[in-house]
Amino acid sequence: MTVTCSTRIALHNLTVAYRGHPAVHHLTGEFAPGSLTAVVGPNGAGKTTLLAAIMGNLRPAQGEICLDAGLRGRIAWLPQQATIDRSFPIKVFDLVALGHWAAAGNFGSLNAAQRDQVQHALHAVGLGGFERRSIGELSAGQFQRVLFARVLLQDSPVILLDEPFNAIDSRTTNDLLAIIARWHAEARTVIAVLHDLEQVRAHFDRSLLLARSCVAWGPTAEVLHAENLFRARQMAESWDDDAPLCRKSA
Amino acid sequence: MTLNELLVQPFADYGFMRRALVATLAISLGSAPVGVLLVLRRMSLVGDAMAHALLPGAALGFLSAGFSLAAMSLGGFAAALGVALAAGFVTRATAQREDASFAAFYLIALALGVLLVSTHGNSVDLMHVLFGTVLAVDDAALFLMAGVASLTLFALAVVYRPLVVECLDPAFLRNAGGRGPLVHALFLVLVVANLVAGFQALGTLMAVGLMMLPATAARFWADEVWSLALAASLIALVSGFVGLLLSFHAQWPSGPAIVLVAGLMYMLSLAVGTREGLIWQSLRHPRHRSA
Repeated sequence: MTVTCSTRIALHNLTVAYRGHPAVHHLTGEFAPGSLTAVVGPNGAGKTTLLAAIMGNLRPAQGEICLDAGLRGRIAWLPQQATIDRSFPIKVFDLVALGHWAAAGNFGSLNAAQRDQVQHALHAVGLGGFERRSIGELSAGQFQRVLFARVLLQDSPVILLDEPFNAIDSRTTNDLLAIIARWHAEARTVIAVLHDLEQVRAHFDRSLLLARSCVAWGPTAEVLHAENLFRARQMAESWDDDAPLCRKSA
Repeated sequence: MTLNELLVQPFADYGFMRRALVATLAISLGSAPVGVLLVLRRMSLVGDAMAHALLPGAALGFLSAGFSLAAMSLGGFAAALGVALAAGFVTRATAQREDASFAAFYLIALALGVLLVSTHGNSVDLMHVLFGTVLAVDDAALFLMAGVASLTLFALAVVYRPLVVECLDPAFLRNAGGRGPLVHALFLVLVVANLVAGFQALGTLMAVGLMMLPATAARFWADEVWSLALAASLIALVSGFVGLLLSFHAQWPSGPAIVLVAGLMYMLSLAVGTREGLIWQSLRHPRHRSA
């Protein structure tokens, strides 16, 4: 279950399972306010599952997720690209303006200041002048910039990014990393699922190495060394349909 | 034959033609935007399934009360909504996808409907239910259609934003606290209501025609949800007008004539539409901007 607590985001013995098999297994730890954490691990390690559970979209099988009371419904989430249909008939401006949902809701219109903020967000991600383009006309990198602009508008204290740099060229990646650094400087809590370990070492001071269970969680330099990475690979590859029930409780 | 005789006089001279025109106007305003949203939700074939699902309810209404608008509409509405609810429940409770569960339940409903009509009615009744009679709509039917069209436009205005966002990025709406499933359910009710209104005039099968054909054609002319809906309504309107005239002059049944014209509009849009119509695509454009 999800409960309210004083730290920003804390996990207590969290297990999330699909059909009885754990995707995140007995994970305990804390994302401190203002921390910048990379979640790394092999495919199938439970990284996306962990983000979905923090968002409240998946219910834990066991354990709990503690969220600061002010966070409910205020976490910004950048999903993996493939989840949005880019042939959808909508203009860039309108998609970015969704970031104002908390203020505008189902009916509210945007005032001049809010429309300006949309323009600023588009400029901040290097897409000034793209307001009237359809999202179908954008490249993968430009579309990712649009999603970052929407997150900028959401002005959220906690930001979750799921593989934000997949299929993105290095220049766009660097621009977007600069935005993440800005969020960090503004004391927002950022959690990003990433694959590029060099990138993680260069830009993220904390890491969570996940292979369904936690392999290591702490300062990046301590987490991402060869022995841990080797262990993570082995843990993720072990899969047993007839595994006995897990007896571990806390 | 003058243009006046061709285009205006049938409506000026005959009350049933005027009624039919108002009926298609109402259907165009309500159904076409609903069709656009169905296409965007990748539910293009669900309209078809729902139209078939109406049948047993409409047949039951017909058998219990004869040609009663209220009985047939209520019956059809309940049957189609039942199919939608059952399909929705199976989709949420099991791993089955929505299109598969819709297919299963509408086929059951369709078979049941045909069985009811053929054992208790005659083939004329069946033809009437399947193909409607836009040239014989009475006041009550007209009020129903106008009422449903008004209700649809009002409801779409109320849920427009969450409805569109739920198609585009359902996870975003959920995290923002939007009521996605509620909006989805309301939308399905609108689909059913429009099909019920349309089937009085066009029959269960043809009602889907004015819902989906203009919506798919609109994609070749517009690139935002509101402009798509507007284009679809216009295309539906023109189809109704031209279809009625064709049916009048050539003495064709009106339902298929209207839907065939809508089909023609679709083919035309496919060919010459300004947004990725086939002809524009095939023309080479050596002229291009420098950036």
